[in-house]
Amino acid sequence: MRPSAKHLFTAYFQVGVSSFGGANAWARRMLVEKRGWLTDREFAERLGLGQVLPGPNAMNTAIIVGHGFCGVRGAAAAVAGLFAGPLFILSMLCLLYDRFGHLGVVRGALAGVASAAAGMMLGTAFKLVRGARPSAPMVVIGLTALGLALWRLPLPWIILGLAPLGILAAYLEARR
Amino acid sequence: MTDLLALMAGLAQLSIIAVGGGSAVLGDMHRLIVEEHGWMDDASFARSYALAQASPGPNVLVVGVFGWHVAGPLGLLGATIAMCGPAGLLALGFATMRARLTGAIWLRRVERGMVPVALGLVTASALLLGETALATWGNLPLVAMGLTAATAGFVFLTKASPLWMLGGGAVLGILLLG
Repeated sequence: MRPSAKHLFTAYFQVGVSSFGGANAWARRMLVEKRGWLTDREFAERLGLGQVLPGPNAMNTAIIVGHGFCGVRGAAAAVAGLFAGPLFILSMLCLLYDRFGHLGVVRGALAGVASAAAGMMLGTAFKLVRGARPSAPMVVIGLTALGLALWRLPLPWIILGLAPLGILAAYLEARR
Repeated sequence: MTDLLALMAGLAQLSIIAVGGGSAVLGDMHRLIVEEHGWMDDASFARSYALAQASPGPNVLVVGVFGWHVAGPLGLLGATIAMCGPAGLLALGFATMRARLTGAIWLRRVERGMVPVALGLVTASALLLGETALATWGNLPLVAMGLTAATAGFVFLTKASPLWMLGGGAVLGILLLG
């Protein structure tokens, strides 16, 4: 089923307001698991483009997904949906934090959410790997990207260095 | 107001070099906000990041919290627009080009080729975020690691909402640290 701009806005609005700990995990859950508009593989490809383009990944991915379904209107609807809720909620949180941020309860809760959010991103990455069915060269490229990023090499260098290898691996994979 | 304009100008520049996402330029944001302009100190910079993590929305919204510190609600909006606008227009241009090329074999290969790079980087950000979070747990780093690992397993193995784990993590943090 092909979503309209309105569907995109609604879906991305739900992604926005539920996306604790980063939007990519929740966007995948909405678009792949709940709505079935994209397969894991299609989502991973759009996320890949969103990552390679400069700027916020989740926004770039929303623009590419939205544009793919409904052109510029779809892109605008997806981005507006993604940001509307969180901007409002974040304003409220900033207000509250100015007043209550010194309390131990608040700091404890923030610590718990931060650690769980990291785990959520990790679990989503594993799911995407499973869905992408990477060939052996692709696994090596992915692990290299992981290692270099953990080693704190600047991301533009990692992308410039590994993107050609990834494309080569995609050609080899297709020839088999 | 001059502070907000200076923040927006700095973020707009970072927007178009932030390859790999908003958190890729967190170090440059630190340089801009803490070292260059002294709008906040190290500790409040780190807490701003945790606050943005605790709020729903794309990770890039951390710039909204920085904006809030500098200029209140208008700052939150201005910083977000400055960080997202330039990159968003670029992505829209790319998406338009991509639509014209639909079906081109080389584009399919390029898209497929970016997948391992993207997934490697996402995994790395997750691990780096987990490491940053360790600092907020004081002398209980093992609890934090366990929570991160348990959440990863929960998300990987089930289709249940990750909110259960995020909420559970918040409760655990309050019980052990609050």
